[in-house]
Amino acid sequence: MQRRSLIAGTAALSLAAPSLARAQARTEIQYWYGLAGPLGERVAEQVKRFNDSQDRYTVVGSFKGSYIDTMTGAIAAWRAGNPPHIAQVFEVGTATMMAAGPAIRPVHALLADAGVELDPKRYIAGVRGYYSDTQGRLISMPYNSSSAIMWLNLDAFQKAGLSTTELPKTWAQVRAAAEKIKAANAAPVAITTAWPTWVMFEQMAAIHDVPFSTRANGFEGMNTELQLTAPFFRKHMEFLLGLQKDGLFRYGGRDNAADAIFPTGEVAISFNSAGNRARVEREARFKWISVPLPYHDDVIQSPKNGVIGGASLWALSARNRPAAEYRGVAEFFRFISEVDQDLWWHKSTGYVPITIAAYEKAKTEGFYVQNPGADAAVVQLSRAEPTPNSMGFRLGNFVEVRNVIQEELEKALQGQQGATAALEAAQRRGNVALRNFERANRS
Amino acid sequence: MAPRRAWLTHVLLILGVIAFALPIWIVLIGSTHDAATIGRGEVPLLPGGHALENYRTAWGAGAAATAGIGVGSMLWNSMLMAVLVAVGKITISFASAYAVVFFRFPGRMLAFWSIFITLMLPVEVRIFPTFKVVSDLGLVNTYAGLIIPLIASATATLLFRQFFMTIPDEFVEAAKMDGAGPLRFLWDVVLPLSRTNMAALFVILFVYGWNQYLWPLLVTTTADVETVVIGMVKMIGSEANTEWHIVMATCVLSLLPPVAVVVLMQRWFVKGLTETEK
Amino acid sequence: MERKTVFRGMTLPALLLLPQLAITIVFFFWPAGQAVWFAFLRQDAFGIRTSFVGFENFADLLADPLYLETAWNTLVFSVSVSALSLSAGLLLAVLADKQIRGAGAYRTLLIWPYAIAPAVAAVLWIFLFHPQVGLIGRALNAAGLDWDYRLNGGQAMLMVILASAWKQVSYNFIFFLAGLQSIPKSVLEAAAIDGARPVRRFWTIVFPLLSPTTFFLLVVNLVYAFFDTFGIIDALTKGGPAKSTETLIYRAYIDGRVNLDLGSSSAQSVILMLVVIALTAIQFRFIERRVHY
Repeated sequence: MQRRSLIAGTAALSLAAPSLARAQARTEIQYWYGLAGPLGERVAEQVKRFNDSQDRYTVVGSFKGSYIDTMTGAIAAWRAGNPPHIAQVFEVGTATMMAAGPAIRPVHALLADAGVELDPKRYIAGVRGYYSDTQGRLISMPYNSSSAIMWLNLDAFQKAGLSTTELPKTWAQVRAAAEKIKAANAAPVAITTAWPTWVMFEQMAAIHDVPFSTRANGFEGMNTELQLTAPFFRKHMEFLLGLQKDGLFRYGGRDNAADAIFPTGEVAISFNSAGNRARVEREARFKWISVPLPYHDDVIQSPKNGVIGGASLWALSARNRPAAEYRGVAEFFRFISEVDQDLWWHKSTGYVPITIAAYEKAKTEGFYVQNPGADAAVVQLSRAEPTPNSMGFRLGNFVEVRNVIQEELEKALQGQQGATAALEAAQRRGNVALRNFERANRS
Repeated sequence: MAPRRAWLTHVLLILGVIAFALPIWIVLIGSTHDAATIGRGEVPLLPGGHALENYRTAWGAGAAATAGIGVGSMLWNSMLMAVLVAVGKITISFASAYAVVFFRFPGRMLAFWSIFITLMLPVEVRIFPTFKVVSDLGLVNTYAGLIIPLIASATATLLFRQFFMTIPDEFVEAAKMDGAGPLRFLWDVVLPLSRTNMAALFVILFVYGWNQYLWPLLVTTTADVETVVIGMVKMIGSEANTEWHIVMATCVLSLLPPVAVVVLMQRWFVKGLTETEK
Repeated sequence: MERKTVFRGMTLPALLLLPQLAITIVFFFWPAGQAVWFAFLRQDAFGIRTSFVGFENFADLLADPLYLETAWNTLVFSVSVSALSLSAGLLLAVLADKQIRGAGAYRTLLIWPYAIAPAVAAVLWIFLFHPQVGLIGRALNAAGLDWDYRLNGGQAMLMVILASAWKQVSYNFIFFLAGLQSIPKSVLEAAAIDGARPVRRFWTIVFPLLSPTTFFLLVVNLVYAFFDTFGIIDALTKGGPAKSTETLIYRAYIDGRVNLDLGSSSAQSVILMLVVIALTAIQFRFIERRVHY
């Protein structure tokens, strides 16, 4: 009996030994992300390069489904006491993560503990602001940041007799172009948009310097209230409904559902994330360009900066998580902030560079001359000093708020209600979500 | 049967068959075209020339979304999960139904009802807490964590129980007269009689195990225990580009095993259902 | 449900029951109990701040007109799916039960879709009905119909109903066919000799004999439409546009997993549990009765 257990013990030991040795040599860092397709490939490439660049840490990247799956998976794992070290969380989850106190390790503290120095000023202002606390300290690590831009099918423009160099800058010009496209039947659909709430409400509020909600869009406190019934939103929504009524605009569905119809050539003018560039490059069989979003010139003459979308990386805490593992996370964050890494990321994904240095380097290399429009997002992000209305959004239950707006917009586009009623309903329901978040995170 | 009516019957049945087959045909054809063709929304009706490379890519490397894990290894995980879930469910349900039907002991009805009531606990009700339990037991990312929580089965127990009730009392009396104990009776009489039911349940539960996705999505965080339905859902998910040609090839591959089981075991399957339904 | 002759003993039945009971307690009762408890709490997403709120989560739900609208949607959806898939399954089963050439082949070709996962079924339907990518969707638009299930609530509901029913037809087909084949031929022959016409014969003799199967399937189909169609709705419409295809289970999922409101989501789960309890109780009574007869 004793002998048998001895043998069993030795066998177990010898089986465990190799992995034990590996574990001692390299600390494993679990990293959950929510990017699929070519973008996911880039993440995996970057992880591999980090692992090859040093011999102390091994980052294990796992694709966890959509952004929502990744975030809720990480939260469930934290509640179960088994979270990943790094979770990629989309920008609308920022307020929820910031309110999570003991669950997260603020990036500035993480870096300080690990002795890794990263000056927040390295990062582009629009990116930095979104992920910093009120004292300007980074809470999460900027990563894939995009902005919404306008995508134009130049073949359709040509066919409609429109200039392919003098491109529309204002909404009035967009409408005029769309009318010509429709008249010439240059494309089946003149205008569509992906991410309806993000593009038509959040981005529009920022570039027109209009508050989306009180308390500096929530940056100053959880007691923020939506401002959707303001005249600007009514004006813009009526503009959209007008486009639809005249057959110039077609709703492409929620979130990124409208992604597909620009590269197919089905639509002439589309609004979408800059991160869609890789796909358009691969699939489009026509000449195209991306330019900054249009604005209403009777509201603002020089539009403000747009806000970012995309996601950032959060360091999660766990019971008994050794300091070495946090150090590994910090090292990984330092690695992805290196100028060459960031430049490569920007060029190969279409996301904006997160550091100023990488942007400058891309400019000196002539990247934007060879790829016209590749800088549309970063130009739009950095063209003005951010105001409290264009710094970003820090709203709790933001996913729900976005969906509420989307739903009321859909009802309006279906003709069930007018712009005013839609905005009132969105504001009322959205505020309920905001109050729920406030209650849950204060008690 | 009058020829005119037979003709009508054929037409209706063929329409039914087409209604089921058409979507599959489109995916099958789609899986032989390249990414750009499908991305542009041209739905072809005839095969393209990219079949070999699409299936080779899917089998060996998967899509980017699955981080280089090929569909081959996902299929293996699905197979393991489906077989173990089916066999596990059948085994423990058979055992517990036998205990409930052929014995009289205190707490019998309580045991039966506590199994039965699990019918009323849909997975969404308890997905977070169940995940916590599995995590506390250290079973995240293991086949055990993937499979064991799915093994309890009220439906299988009910089906066996129903069937056992139809075994005539004379059989039990005869066995007792021969001096056979409960285990011997189980092995020599009940088990052979239950074969068709087991085969039928196996088909149903194999398909059930194969088609799971909410649970595996939560409990598997590394690619090496990932199943093919999850792999495919992940390929479709996210804000970025979906590689539809690979998704379609994966879709075809993921359909083959459960369809094969249903088609090949069709006879037992239908017969078994008939008998349990009597 | 009592047998006259049984074996004696305690240990053996206890051992036989052990695996099933252990798994049931650890993975069903314990987590489900926690879920019920959560229905009375308010929590932030991470569960760091928790307070007991009594029935507030329930009260909020029942005062929410959108929740009641969703309940109505669910009813319309479930009844439509059940009616459609039951009648299609019955029709095909009656046809395939006839003495015709190739009956076996037809059967196989109608049974295999049973193996398709709901999520996969939804993907297949996207390829058919997507207004730009789908074969039929494009044809409808080309024919001048304004087909876009992403904006038109009625069309979206039609889509999810059709896709969900489609997935369930082969299941019903299998059971109806089994039911038909278990009807003694002598009964049918007697009716034929009486000179009853086939259609009349079906409604007066065959259909009543099938009623146990029909009733069983009705309950199964309702439960399917309530819970298992989640994957289909998620992949096709995500409950939209403007909540027009949101069912109760989808709302519970969205509030729990996307909106991270565990309290409200758990309260909704408890309500759903009550619904399933009602449905299973009806079904169980029915099974019991049949065993007795």
